[in-house]
Amino acid sequence: MTSDQIARPMLRQQFTGKPLPRKEDDRLLKAQGEFGDDTPVAHLAYLVFVRSPYAHARITAIDVSAAEQVHGYLGCLTPDEVETLTDPYMELQGPPGDAEVDRCLASGGVVRFSGEPVVAVAGASRETARDAAAAVVVDYEPLPHVLDAREAVQPEAPLVHSQIGVNVAFDALYDWGDIDFALENADHVIEVDELHFHRFSSTPLECSAITVEYDAGVNTFTFTGGFATPQLATFNLAVALRHPANRLRVLSKDFGGSFGVKINTHIPATAAALLARKLGRPVRWTETRTEHHLMGGHGNERWFRDVKLAVQSDGTVLGLTYDALDDVGAYTRYEPLGGVIWTQVTNACYQLKHLKVRYRSVYTNKGPVHPNRGYSRMQHLWLVERMMDIAAHKLGFDPVEFRLRNYVQPDQYPYTTVNGCVYDSGDLPLSLRKVLDLIDYQDARRLQRESAGSGKRIGIGIGSTLDSGTNNFGQARLINAHLPFGGNTEGALVRLSADGSVYATTGGVAFGQGHETTVAQVVADMLGVAYDDVHVQRGSDSSLSAQTGFSGSYASQFAVTGIGAMINATNRLIREISLVAAATLGCEPDEIELAEGAARVATDPERALALAAVAGIVHFSPVDLPAEVAEEVGLVARSVYRAPFELPDLERKYGNLTLTYATQIHACVVEIDEETGHTTLLRYAMVDDCGTPINPMVIEGQVHGATVHGISAALFEHFAYDANGQLAAGNFYDYHAATALDLPSFGYDNVVSPSPFTPIGAKGMGEGGGAPLHALSAAIQDAVGTSAMVLESFNPPERVLRLLRGLDAEKVKVAR
Amino acid sequence: MTDRDITVTVDGKPETAAAQDRTLLVHWLRDALDKRGPKIGCDTGNCGACTVRWDGALVKSCMVLAVQADGDTVETAAGLSEVDGSLNRVQQCFKDHHALQCGYCTSGMLMTATDFLDSGESVTEETTRRAIKGNICRCTGYHNIVQAIRAAASPEERL
Repeated sequence: MTSDQIARPMLRQQFTGKPLPRKEDDRLLKAQGEFGDDTPVAHLAYLVFVRSPYAHARITAIDVSAAEQVHGYLGCLTPDEVETLTDPYMELQGPPGDAEVDRCLASGGVVRFSGEPVVAVAGASRETARDAAAAVVVDYEPLPHVLDAREAVQPEAPLVHSQIGVNVAFDALYDWGDIDFALENADHVIEVDELHFHRFSSTPLECSAITVEYDAGVNTFTFTGGFATPQLATFNLAVALRHPANRLRVLSKDFGGSFGVKINTHIPATAAALLARKLGRPVRWTETRTEHHLMGGHGNERWFRDVKLAVQSDGTVLGLTYDALDDVGAYTRYEPLGGVIWTQVTNACYQLKHLKVRYRSVYTNKGPVHPNRGYSRMQHLWLVERMMDIAAHKLGFDPVEFRLRNYVQPDQYPYTTVNGCVYDSGDLPLSLRKVLDLIDYQDARRLQRESAGSGKRIGIGIGSTLDSGTNNFGQARLINAHLPFGGNTEGALVRLSADGSVYATTGGVAFGQGHETTVAQVVADMLGVAYDDVHVQRGSDSSLSAQTGFSGSYASQFAVTGIGAMINATNRLIREISLVAAATLGCEPDEIELAEGAARVATDPERALALAAVAGIVHFSPVDLPAEVAEEVGLVARSVYRAPFELPDLERKYGNLTLTYATQIHACVVEIDEETGHTTLLRYAMVDDCGTPINPMVIEGQVHGATVHGISAALFEHFAYDANGQLAAGNFYDYHAATALDLPSFGYDNVVSPSPFTPIGAKGMGEGGGAPLHALSAAIQDAVGTSAMVLESFNPPERVLRLLRGLDAEKVKVAR
Repeated sequence: MTDRDITVTVDGKPETAAAQDRTLLVHWLRDALDKRGPKIGCDTGNCGACTVRWDGALVKSCMVLAVQADGDTVETAAGLSEVDGSLNRVQQCFKDHHALQCGYCTSGMLMTATDFLDSGESVTEETTRRAIKGNICRCTGYHNIVQAIRAAASPEERL
């Protein structure tokens, strides 16, 4: 996109940049939204999965005869049928991990995690489907399992996929700069044996719900439900079902949260589709909370071992090295993309010059990981921020000054990282100063001094993070050079209908981010119409040509890709409107401007044609137009936004992997009860910088939400497994998602550093970058001083009590 | 498993439909009556998405059998709007304060907020957070929900 293309329509900003109330809200507030399980469908069959109780076992027999006796039983689907009727899903990794076979029901006669679907059972009601599923008898022969990635990489470990021969799906060495030289010559070297980023997920409140209808007359499947990437889902379903992609339609309406994890819903949808075709009636699967926790997608769990940080005596950090074991669970699915996605933020917020990481994606007999808010970057960002914090404590640097010295500075943007990523803009020092003001940093230090000896410890923590957005899919080739991906696009459709109404359809998918609102703000400004006069399609529909292959919502990108496509499409519509108005008003098209609901001559606004009149001419009286205009103008404008990327250099693993870098700096003050280990948040604040805001209210809401995901993960949420491979947090009792009572009100401020690379200077945001995990680890470290070391991202009271008694102090060494 | 007809006055209108003895009130409202207000976000009574008022008392409708409500009244979020269909004060405050994102918890959250505001309890940050602690929201971080409820209670708040 050139600046010329966008300069004219963006001159007026009546709506863009304002905290307008959301278009989505009225229907949701009146309980008139339509979520996955809301839609009534005639003759519906309900699907229930029979799931493995074992972490790893061979299936020796399946007996459905008792299920067949259940009144209301309609039919079932077994692994043998699935092996006959489907092809395995595409694997992203190269050999040997590409020998993995992943299907909608357990493949190869083996279950590989507790909760893996084995049989799909359909009934005429929810209850009968559940009764029938309960009557299915599956015999298992338990196999040895492996639950810890550190054990899984040992030569004698049980194999999750025996045909692969190892438990490592992906193994790469990233080596930028010269870390060995830095470690040999630095004034100080901090060494840490091992740090651990724990397993959790954003656990959207609406679990998945998918309805599949098969229309035999046109041989078409229609899928309705939560699909975060509808075109990729279509592609995956087409491959699995051996069905033409143009005979698959993927729809979503309202969507009760995804946060990334609903990117793999094509897997249960495959089973529902097979049953819908087999039974000749629509099939719905409504996931239960326990099912969601077992298989709905966990965030990546990661071990960081042999970590070394090189620091100069003046506080300048030179670089970092570690060995990462990323526990992806039993199937790779979207993985091992996490193995490259973390390198979007290699430098974190800092001017690192040298970085060397060995990264392995490791199978275990646990639930598969899916991209979860902050996907793969937050793990690395936590590690870097943790090491910065540990270094400050061990070497006696002030934690604020130490960060300020090492941050990428405002005058260095655009800043190129060690691996060729380009940080577009930002002002980290200003953001840090602002957030410290919000928590009244000096007063917090006073509080900390005064609380000494009171039985309560005060800790102050800072979390600096990045939210990289708009992926260059070319990075997938760093995982596997044969993958046919590069760059990124999104699509949009804008039309002026016969009555003069403006309809906009985005290729993206919304699950709470307010896309209908932000699209309407931008389009209304460009077309010179009222905000209420722009109608934005709810949800998504793969059969509308708004979408491109990468369409969807993921990787903090809508403000760039979705809005960029909408701007391009609206410009195209403006061009058409201008042609009609010019022909009618007797001027040149470039003399036309759009304002107040009309196309008019810019220098003579009295000569105007209402948009309804433009529409009327085109739709009902084309005879009034010159043939060359009538034949060109359809008042349906479809455009794509193409992010300006090149393929990365595969040899050097070098190149720009994301277009924008929103920043967030968080700061908090915690109080730790020495007797119970309980952590109370006394003050919590964040400063966000996502470039030019489209709707600041929506942005602040996204920041709040990501903040609570991080706080809740740091203190309450853990997908722990017991020694038998049973998930210990299969519901909201055992998996405590933060409630209002667990949290304080927040301090919030922002900094606006427009991106020079995006259509209107906005950056994608929303994922947030996991800053609360960094900030809370740092705050707890601050509370215990150097007597213990915070080397885990999860710090519930029982761990904090151990920290108060010196946990892990010996695992951190100042080698020099 | 036998079915029997039960009658419940839902949002002011008597509704009769079959229920099994084991049918949960939330399933009966959703499946038998197609009432979209109560949502299901868990199976254990933790999330509060299914919150309704049952004979005036706030309950999670997944914790009640449908047959228990036979002859009673149930209020859902679908009945909150003004007679002319416009948003009521609590709904409007939720909209003004951006107290919802995906909207899935919203029906239950509105019922809890309504009941809290009707209770006459003083509406402070602390009491508001305590009142809604049985309703999980995974999008907003609660900050704006608390603001919205406090605004709804404040006579100074202009709508």
